[in-house]
Amino acid sequence: MLRPEDLLRPTPAGLYCPPGDFHIDPVRPVARAIVTHGHADHARPGHGAVLATPATLDIMALRMGDEAGRERQPLDYGERLDLNGVDVRLAPAGHVLGSAQVAVERDGCRIVVSGDYKRRPDPTCPAFEPVPCDVFVSEATFALPVFRHPPDADEIAKLLASMRLFPERCHLLGVYALGKAQRVLALLRQAGYDAPIYLHGALTAMCDLYRRHGIDLGELRLVADTDKADLAGRLVLAPPSALQDRWTRRLPDPLPAFASGWMGVRARARQRAVELPLIISDHADWDELTATTDELAPAEIWVTHGREEALVHYARGRGQRARALALVGYDEDAA
Amino acid sequence: MKAFAGLLDRLSFQPQRLGKLRLIEDYFAATPDPDRGYALAAMTRGLTFRHAKPALIRGLVAERVDPVLFELSYDYVGDLAETVALIWPAPADAAAPPPSLAEVVTRLRDAGKAELPGLLAGWLDALDVTGRWALIKLMTGGLRIGVSARLAKTAFAGFGGLSVDEVEEVWHGQAPPYAALFAWAEGRGDRPAVRAAGGFRPVMLAQPLDEAELSGLDPSAYLAEWKWDGIRVQLSAGDGVVRLYSRTGEDIGGGFPDLLSAVDFGAVLDGELLVIRDHAVAPFADLQKRLNRKTVSGKLQREFPVGVRLYDILFDAGDDLRERPLGDRRNRLEAWFAARRPAGFDLSPLVPFDDWPALADLRRAPPVDGVEGLMLKRRDSAYVAGRPKGPWFKWKRDPLLADAVLMYAQRGHGKRSSYYSDYTFGVWRGNELVPVGKAYFGFTDAELVELDRWVRNHTTNRFGPVREVSRGLVLEVAFDGVQRSGRHKSGLALRFPRISRIRWDKPAAEADVIEALLSHLPGA
Ligand SMILES: [Zn+2]
Ligand SMILES: [Zn+2]
Repeated sequence: MLRPEDLLRPTPAGLYCPPGDFHIDPVRPVARAIVTHGHADHARPGHGAVLATPATLDIMALRMGDEAGRERQPLDYGERLDLNGVDVRLAPAGHVLGSAQVAVERDGCRIVVSGDYKRRPDPTCPAFEPVPCDVFVSEATFALPVFRHPPDADEIAKLLASMRLFPERCHLLGVYALGKAQRVLALLRQAGYDAPIYLHGALTAMCDLYRRHGIDLGELRLVADTDKADLAGRLVLAPPSALQDRWTRRLPDPLPAFASGWMGVRARARQRAVELPLIISDHADWDELTATTDELAPAEIWVTHGREEALVHYARGRGQRARALALVGYDEDAA
Repeated sequence: MKAFAGLLDRLSFQPQRLGKLRLIEDYFAATPDPDRGYALAAMTRGLTFRHAKPALIRGLVAERVDPVLFELSYDYVGDLAETVALIWPAPADAAAPPPSLAEVVTRLRDAGKAELPGLLAGWLDALDVTGRWALIKLMTGGLRIGVSARLAKTAFAGFGGLSVDEVEEVWHGQAPPYAALFAWAEGRGDRPAVRAAGGFRPVMLAQPLDEAELSGLDPSAYLAEWKWDGIRVQLSAGDGVVRLYSRTGEDIGGGFPDLLSAVDFGAVLDGELLVIRDHAVAPFADLQKRLNRKTVSGKLQREFPVGVRLYDILFDAGDDLRERPLGDRRNRLEAWFAARRPAGFDLSPLVPFDDWPALADLRRAPPVDGVEGLMLKRRDSAYVAGRPKGPWFKWKRDPLLADAVLMYAQRGHGKRSSYYSDYTFGVWRGNELVPVGKAYFGFTDAELVELDRWVRNHTTNRFGPVREVSRGLVLEVAFDGVQRSGRHKSGLALRFPRISRIRWDKPAAEADVIEALLSHLPGA
């Protein structure tokens, strides 16, 4: 059997597969890249060939135009592909639209790279699929036992209760443009909120893309097209950077809220000066991370991209081999 | 407990007073007795039970959580209560339903020390993250949610359509869970009786004097007193009960045993708490040494002897004098005082004057220390709660002024969160600027927009929500005094600083030097 280190290894450009001659989520331009999903720290411009799900390729084209890779090769979930004798397959990661885990296999050794993932249901993308493997490369954004995301429905209920209690204020919710915005919109619609929702201009293109992929987000309007007074009692979605921006002066008495896994820690919420922190995350929390490694029970777990130490400690305590990959270039922000 | 925890959670992130009031009122409307009553008690610091020590909580979590994971987590979160709330491994099949707030409070009140760990662990198992966080805050005695007792009572009054002064008046006869108060607020019961002895009577406050109106006032209709630079207190005593209240009705007597132990009379008196040495009022900084203490050492009592300078009498024994005109009450106060001369108390003298210009001269140059200005009170004024317009005026001395240079600006809160609205300013010490204070009001909304723009265009450095700016803008700062302080590099602190003017025209090099401020130190 091939040693896992010979199938996939960390390099300064990211995880590299020597026999297949490709990188996964490389942080620098490379000849051939497999991209797990469209977030900016995973999908970078300037590669030669890019292999990803059709939705991820769409997202990359939207965000980087011509820089989204010279050659773009779509691969659907579940389809197999042979790259120089390495078997490659993508499986849903449940993170955002198009997000995939990458399973690479050769000579009886299978490694699954999770990319970013979560286990709870998300109306905007297919659910995480557990793929048995010898080595599981796990993300670790929220890999501390203090990150325990509550049920989404509770957080959405909190937002709707606040809108009832402060009907004269405009609720301004900070959301990441890819994934979080659309998931929050879909969750609000599921909860029965059917009024128009107002968007910051930076969010519209991605919402349109989701709709083209068949995801219903209800009636959306642009803040820029709306009079200030008409926004009282309304919900506005904006990128997090706009929460304290001068842009907010066009809103009537905005009540700043923020939907992110980081909102589970009070100091982080206070740093953002939000009045209504909503703990809604597109990443696995501690319980999901540990349940997943328990369920897959790989011989070995490699941890990357976040708080590696705690998850490595946990896996070793379970008798698994575990190590931190210390890859650089991935940021924690789009959480 | 769930509703209470949700309330604390939202309050802890809510900077605006009106927002806090709305959250609390909503909670009172949605929560049944007795939970809401215990919540009111928690917010007014009216609960007494054995507090859990942080060590107990650490011990419980250590039995359940891997020590390496706990340390990594505590390190990241930084707060013990929060770390434990988040990390607590609740059993998947919760054995018991989460406790109500009433259950928590009453069981803690009756629990012996040995029962605490079991109680706490059982509740932590049954609650969710926010519930655990609130429980630990409650049990360790530090809610820290930015809600004063006064604010909680104001919310209660708003909930019942009452005035907060009515609530204050009956408050001290009531006890958690305040069933009678809630019945009254909801129109299901009568107004509770006012406790006769030791109760708080809502205080009467003065309006600031608009000097332009002075010529329209008849000097002979008013009594003048000095406005002392201490804190307003109410002493309420009778039937062996002695209480000292702040003007918002907070019982502050615990820090002043020296004053209260000698009280053997029955009366409700209005006066100023001061540090007094040889009949002279000491600087406010001395009084600060005695404030906000639960207990006080003998040494502190000797070094900073407190007294109350009396200016009004509300009750003499059981006799309610509040409806009588001030002139009568003053006579009664003077006779009362002459007959007793209680240790630790003296009389605030009247300031005789013939006309307004003569009084203005006295205000400009008071003959005694410790004076902030003058009080003008109509001779015929009854003692009414709140801040009625007309009967009482405060006429403060003109503020001191300094030209200071803007050094740092910080983002405001709530409505001001998109503005740099908190300003730290300094004065020159030799060639360097040293910060002397911080101010966040005194300017108009239009000026705020200009200040914000100036800050953004002159930023030289950023630290989180703070921007350092180039030394180019002079602010005229008004303040009420200067005291020594270890908090600022300058060793000085300004009292009650506010921006009085923006000196767009003035070069920074011409701002004030520190010696100008030093000259305002008491005794300088
Ligand atoms: Zn991602
Ligand atoms: Zn990521």
